[in-house]
Amino acid sequence: MVRFENVGLRYGMGTEVLKDISFSVEPQSFQFLTGPSGAGKTTLLRLILMSLKPTRGFISLFGQDASQLTKDDISAIRRRIGVVFQDFRLLDHLTTYENVALPLFVQGQEESTYRPQVVELLRWVGLGDHIHSYPPVLSGGEKQRAAIARALIVQPELLLADEPTGNVDPTLARRLLRLFMELNKSGTSVVIATHDLALMDQFEDARRFVLGDGRLHIYD
Amino acid sequence: MRVASCSAMDGCTSMTDASHREAPSAPTSDNRLKRSIQAFAQPRLTLIPADSTASRALVIVIAIMTFLATLTGGSAMLIYQASQNWNSAISREMTIQVKPQLGRDIEADVRKAADLARMPGFADVRIFSREESSRLLEPWLGAGLDLSELPVPRLIVLKIDPGGRPDLAALREQLSKQVPNAALDDHHIWLERLSTMSRALVVVAVIILLLVLLAMVLAVAFATRGAMAGSREIIDVLHFVGAPNRFIAAEFQRHFLKLGLRGGLIGGGFALVVFYLAGLLTAWWIASPEASQVEALFGRFALGALGYLTIIVLSAAIALLTAAMSRSVVLRRLRRMN
Repeated sequence: MVRFENVGLRYGMGTEVLKDISFSVEPQSFQFLTGPSGAGKTTLLRLILMSLKPTRGFISLFGQDASQLTKDDISAIRRRIGVVFQDFRLLDHLTTYENVALPLFVQGQEESTYRPQVVELLRWVGLGDHIHSYPPVLSGGEKQRAAIARALIVQPELLLADEPTGNVDPTLARRLLRLFMELNKSGTSVVIATHDLALMDQFEDARRFVLGDGRLHIYD
Repeated sequence: MRVASCSAMDGCTSMTDASHREAPSAPTSDNRLKRSIQAFAQPRLTLIPADSTASRALVIVIAIMTFLATLTGGSAMLIYQASQNWNSAISREMTIQVKPQLGRDIEADVRKAADLARMPGFADVRIFSREESSRLLEPWLGAGLDLSELPVPRLIVLKIDPGGRPDLAALREQLSKQVPNAALDDHHIWLERLSTMSRALVVVAVIILLLVLLAMVLAVAFATRGAMAGSREIIDVLHFVGAPNRFIAAEFQRHFLKLGLRGGLIGGGFALVVFYLAGLLTAWWIASPEASQVEALFGRFALGALGYLTIIVLSAAIALLTAAMSRSVVLRRLRRMN
């Protein structure tokens, strides 16, 4: 599904922030990406999402060479990936419902076809009472759940989550993890970037990618 | 997506089915048109915030530019109409001027010239009497003067048959042989001057119109860049959820089309009102004798249905130009961002 071979990244003429990164994400797999703050977790997720280009190495996404992808190919691949950002990235002028429905709207689907599905998902993540609320009035945890719902609504083949439990209490963090595990069971590969060891300990079967000094160590 | 009767807050046993949604099938051109019309008609997500200070300012700029553009366009049409009216009025008539000459009977010369002019192609030949010819001089010499001692030329007005083509060369030849003191004036010098002047005015108006449009396009380009800078986060999110550049450009295009339509409606509407009121005012003023002379010279200050239609079309074109310009700017900048 995702394959990195000797990937390196440097910003400008600086030193490499990621060095010889090699790993693969298999279908229906679950992995935590961890490491100290500033280790490059978010950068690695951005490479998977193709919002950054590597300075060297080979990246393959869904069987396609990332360096050969056109803009339209990249858009098509991103539609197969759900992303939960550390800072939520909800659009403040859209309601919670509209934010969650955004990926379907971008795909050109009619609202009548996805409305029940979006409402159901919002209820499921506990935001049934906030369908018409705007993000500025939501709490951190509610924003986090709305961001997760937006990532899940397209039933992605791959879910990338950057510190998805960073803004919630431990109880909610456990519940959110359970949500990701359920998603994984249904066939979605999951990559969660976190430095929350307690969270990782709750799912010991998951692979762990540990970033340190720009290098990646994998613990199966 | 099938969601079990549980919630993330309370735990759950199953969440989704494994089947992934299929991509929507490629639309045919008919379906695409139908969907475009439906999409425009139905309320939809507004991804670019519509109500901002910059948007309101741009609506005002577009309204002013539309007003100036339509005013210029309407004025050009008025000038063109007036020159055409004058042109056709003059070109339907000709005059034979018979100058008094010592030793010649001017009355006989006038009759002779009129007889020569009664040929196919002329619908009417009318001799201006001595009194009528004298009255033509009143504006310059004043009324109440005895002009009988002055060598006042006599005029014969020839009305051209709408379908006829009089043989002017033959008439000129006959006049020079039989009435050498008569001259045929087909007003071609006036016509040439008039058409040159009206063409020059129309060209000037078109240049002003183009400059106004250029200024508006530049204003829209800057506004689009500003809107893009202010919507950077929105663009990022749209990219991350898989929106292609053309989708984002279409959203900006839609946003600016709405602003353009609003500005065009205000500016064009105001121009329509101005022209309508100006037409009413001149119609009221035209009742006076001085105004009648001005009307005879410059025509009526009334646009007509074609003129009003031109203003409406111009306003709509400005809205479309605004949308097209914003799309072009967005696509160019997105390519750079990528």
